[in-house]
Amino acid sequence: MLFAEIKQLIIKDFQLEWRKKYALNGMLLYVVSTAYICYTSFKLRANDIEPITWNTLYWIVILFTAILAISKSFADEKDGRLLYLYTLVSAEAVILSKIIFNFVVVLVLSVLGLLVYCLFMGGPVQDWPMFLLSILLASIGFATTLSLVSGIAAKAENSAMLMPILSFPVVIPILLLILKISKNALDGLDPSNSADEILILVALDVIVGVLSVILYPYLWRS
Amino acid sequence: MRKPWWKILTVILLLYTVIHGFLGEVPRQPILNESVRNLYFHVTMWFGMITLLTVSIVNSVKYLSKGNLYHDLLASEYNKTAIVFGILGCITGSIWGNYTWGDPWPNDPKLNAVAIGMLIYLAYMVLRSSMPDPQKRARISAVYNVFAFAVFIPLIFVLPRMVASLHPGNGGNPGLKPAETTTELRIVFYPAIIAWTLLGVWITSLKIRFAKLEENQNNNINE
Repeated sequence: MLFAEIKQLIIKDFQLEWRKKYALNGMLLYVVSTAYICYTSFKLRANDIEPITWNTLYWIVILFTAILAISKSFADEKDGRLLYLYTLVSAEAVILSKIIFNFVVVLVLSVLGLLVYCLFMGGPVQDWPMFLLSILLASIGFATTLSLVSGIAAKAENSAMLMPILSFPVVIPILLLILKISKNALDGLDPSNSADEILILVALDVIVGVLSVILYPYLWRS
Repeated sequence: MRKPWWKILTVILLLYTVIHGFLGEVPRQPILNESVRNLYFHVTMWFGMITLLTVSIVNSVKYLSKGNLYHDLLASEYNKTAIVFGILGCITGSIWGNYTWGDPWPNDPKLNAVAIGMLIYLAYMVLRSSMPDPQKRARISAVYNVFAFAVFIPLIFVLPRMVASLHPGNGGNPGLKPAETTTELRIVFYPAIIAWTLLGVWITSLKIRFAKLEENQNNNINE
């Protein structure tokens, strides 16, 4: 029953996205322009970029893209539509479907963003499978943390300003772990060096995901 | 908690902490020297802050399960006092760091973690002030409070332990390491924790009484 509801809700989100193509195109343009700004301000001037700067810039671009993309996931659900959903499905199905949908969106945006970014800035990565794994883990982490925060911000007034304020501090622990893992991948260190970080990241994702499912029903009632 | 005995206890313990903390014997250690006395004022702030935050979370959970606005008032007031303790902890730590590490705010994982933690709880206050309706404000901020606590705890207890830190006692509980503290320190340190935490509870209880009186007055005017 729950799985059927989640499946339907995800299909609904994808269909809406496909019809409007607003988020994907808008976010892609956003990634391209920020990558281009990085290119003109770093690569063109110095013609050489340290791997650590490359890594940090990439994740800052992806962090902002993810926050912007996810912040619209609940803001778009108008009050009438949420009320309609309330009569049809359970709260758990809504938040889980949002997390999965946001995970796919962030994953697609980070991979496409990586292509554009590598085109402009070069790709000094030595361990590509590990770097791609860090992108996968980051997408899961961003989607689980930011989905509930987006729901909170959408309930409050002035949600455009609240979303970054509420989400930055909450997402920073995940970002710090991701930076560590991807830096290890950049330097081509043995994967065993990142094992601790990956374990903590997965544990954090599970905690945050479970809490989202527990807490969302309270948010939804108001 | 209506009886005055714990307030008297707080005053006695605080007087003991301040008098014995500044005049009592402390072990002589290189670099630290006399600044080790800051143990009674800096480390205890973090114990107080964590205790107050835990009370705040418990009240947020209680609000979500029972829906009584009184629990929301408790959660927000304990949160405010915890932020004050956090800021005091940062200030006392900066003074200490200035004389032992030569820098009031060095690049240390524990300092960065606590700065982010402060941001989380200041964001909680901004979120509260953005909603005028009390029931809605209570429910949404309680959800954020519980959610943020789940991120805050790994941030200050797990992540700093994975990297080198300037703080002593890495890899164990940094506050309570019996091997590195002597009896002279401990007989002041443990009472000091209790004293500062009780002071925080006292401040908060006064603020809660004040908020309730204010609310009553507003209701009377409305009638």
